[in-house]
Amino acid sequence: MTFQDKGIGEGKSGIDAGTEPAVRVEDLTVAYGDKPVLWDVDMEVQAGVLMAVIGPNGAGKTTLIKAIMGLVQPVAGYVSIFGKPYLDQRRLVGYVPQRNSVDWDFPTSVLDVVMMGRYGVLGWLRRPGRAERKAAMEALTKVGMADLAGRQISQLSGGQQQRVFLARALVQDARVYLMDEPFQGVDATTERAIVTLLKEMRSEGKTVVVVHHDLQTVPEYFDWVTLLNVRCVASGPVEEAFVDRNLRLTYGGRVSYLTHHTPEETFGTPEE
Amino acid sequence: MDIVGFVDNLFADYTLRQVAIGAAMLGIVNGVLGSFAVLRKQSLLGDGISHAALPGIALAFLLTGSKSSLALLLGAAATGWIATLLIMSIVKHTRVKYDTALGLVLSVFFGFGLVLLTYIQKLPVAAQAGLDKFLFGQAATLLRKDVVTIGVLGGIVLVFLLVFWKEFKLLSFDPDFAFSLGFPVRILDVLLTTLLVIAIVIGLQTVGVVLMSAMVVAPAAAARQWTDRLGVMVTVSGIFGALAGVSGALISSQAARIPTGPTIVLCASAIVMFSLLLAPNRGMAWGFVREQINRRQLQTDAVLGDLYVLANQHQEPGHGHPIEVLRTMAHGHGGVDRSLKVLKERGLVQEPGSGEWALTPLGMEEAGRLSRQWRETS
Repeated sequence: MTFQDKGIGEGKSGIDAGTEPAVRVEDLTVAYGDKPVLWDVDMEVQAGVLMAVIGPNGAGKTTLIKAIMGLVQPVAGYVSIFGKPYLDQRRLVGYVPQRNSVDWDFPTSVLDVVMMGRYGVLGWLRRPGRAERKAAMEALTKVGMADLAGRQISQLSGGQQQRVFLARALVQDARVYLMDEPFQGVDATTERAIVTLLKEMRSEGKTVVVVHHDLQTVPEYFDWVTLLNVRCVASGPVEEAFVDRNLRLTYGGRVSYLTHHTPEETFGTPEE
Repeated sequence: MDIVGFVDNLFADYTLRQVAIGAAMLGIVNGVLGSFAVLRKQSLLGDGISHAALPGIALAFLLTGSKSSLALLLGAAATGWIATLLIMSIVKHTRVKYDTALGLVLSVFFGFGLVLLTYIQKLPVAAQAGLDKFLFGQAATLLRKDVVTIGVLGGIVLVFLLVFWKEFKLLSFDPDFAFSLGFPVRILDVLLTTLLVIAIVIGLQTVGVVLMSAMVVAPAAAARQWTDRLGVMVTVSGIFGALAGVSGALISSQAARIPTGPTIVLCASAIVMFSLLLAPNRGMAWGFVREQINRRQLQTDAVLGDLYVLANQHQEPGHGHPIEVLRTMAHGHGGVDRSLKVLKERGLVQEPGSGEWALTPLGMEEAGRLSRQWRETS
């Protein structure tokens, strides 16, 4: 459990934006029709942390990510990235959408998809060239997919698709990353590769917010956590927020996690 | 008319050449833009746009009193574009789904267009003659200035597409990600749709409003079969579009009173059928062949395995087993005779008595290897 302490410590020193949180969400309310999906959510993500967003199905996890990015129009609320409105800071934010949000039968190759991460920096009129190709290959190497660069994307497994999306986000070279269920339906190898990558990103001072669904792995993978169920139940360092009481408030009585583990077993003792 | 005479004619006959050039250009432009429509799952939008163009054509005629192609095309583009915006806003602001909204808008606009067309035909002016050709298209009515209009507008569309290639590609694959990179997704969406409207509108005189959407969808659907690269797909789709356009227009111009639209659509359909069946990898024929090869391989392996089981039950490996036993063991899957023939050719089995089969020493070895492999993988 030592990496948790290390991560929090680094988050404070590694970022030049002073004390501004990487992401600040204030009074965010989103509704589809008259049904609130997110209700008065306040949340702060300190720079340099690895944060999980957890909650039951329909809790609004994906909507939270999309609302932060302006992909969903909130009824009310305000989002800032390093102290400025999201729309002014879009370039600083990398996005890893859910794997099934695109048509993988699109006629293009792995390398091509990864290079799309550079399109924003390239700007209008300019075509991706040698520099973009190089950046994309480096990112693919990082996610262990370099040998599949030329592969048509419809031939990828679920885990490989996820890694392609991660590589595409990596070449953006953003400072904050928002990832929607990157562990959804991936094999064990990919899961390990992604966790390694996330920790690497944190050690480079990046801030990463991940929508996550596996409670068992929260303390192992992340150092901060937000518990969401339409409202924000709790948000903070894992050892403070990821406790029995909050989990019950978030999931109601349906937490199998609690019946198998006591908090002591899960977090270990600080002396260890 | 024989082929040589026809080709001679094509180069000699001025009208025929106009028609061929016009049809080729509109085929290219629609094939190219259609690729994006198909990839964005907007195949039906083309149908909506083309049908909605009819009232625009009629209104433009009523307002200007001229049949100049530019005026009519502007009218067609205007109502086609309005219909598209209407469909999009219905989907956005109501609970009506995309296909329903499209069906509604399409039929309302087309119905209105037909009413206007009927009204115009009763007008006591000679100029109205030929406006009804916009229904099913008549390539023979293409004049030099129409071809120039198609060329200029089509050229503009293609230039825009090349300039914003990377943005349109990103928009088609992952619009949310495009937004997160800072691209004005809504403006790009409107721009690409506008290009599609122009592409459709320049084809209306030749192909007609009723069947125009086939020129948008068919070449793209066929091209997708042949490649896994966007650039290649768009190029191939343009070529297919030109091929369908030219052949359809020429065939229809050879026989009096055959409307061009249906002929072009038949040509395009032939290309689609051919591609669906025979394209490598994605074609159905190749899928069938692959399946048969796999199946035969499995049948052959199964017979070899059965003989191996039988051989292990007997002391003497060369002992022959009746073919009926093998047929029973195959559970009616068939292919026992063929499999034995193949295995004999490979020297794995022998026929010690008539209708009796046994493994050769080589066959014994191969069957043993296969059975170990199965055990490992299962």
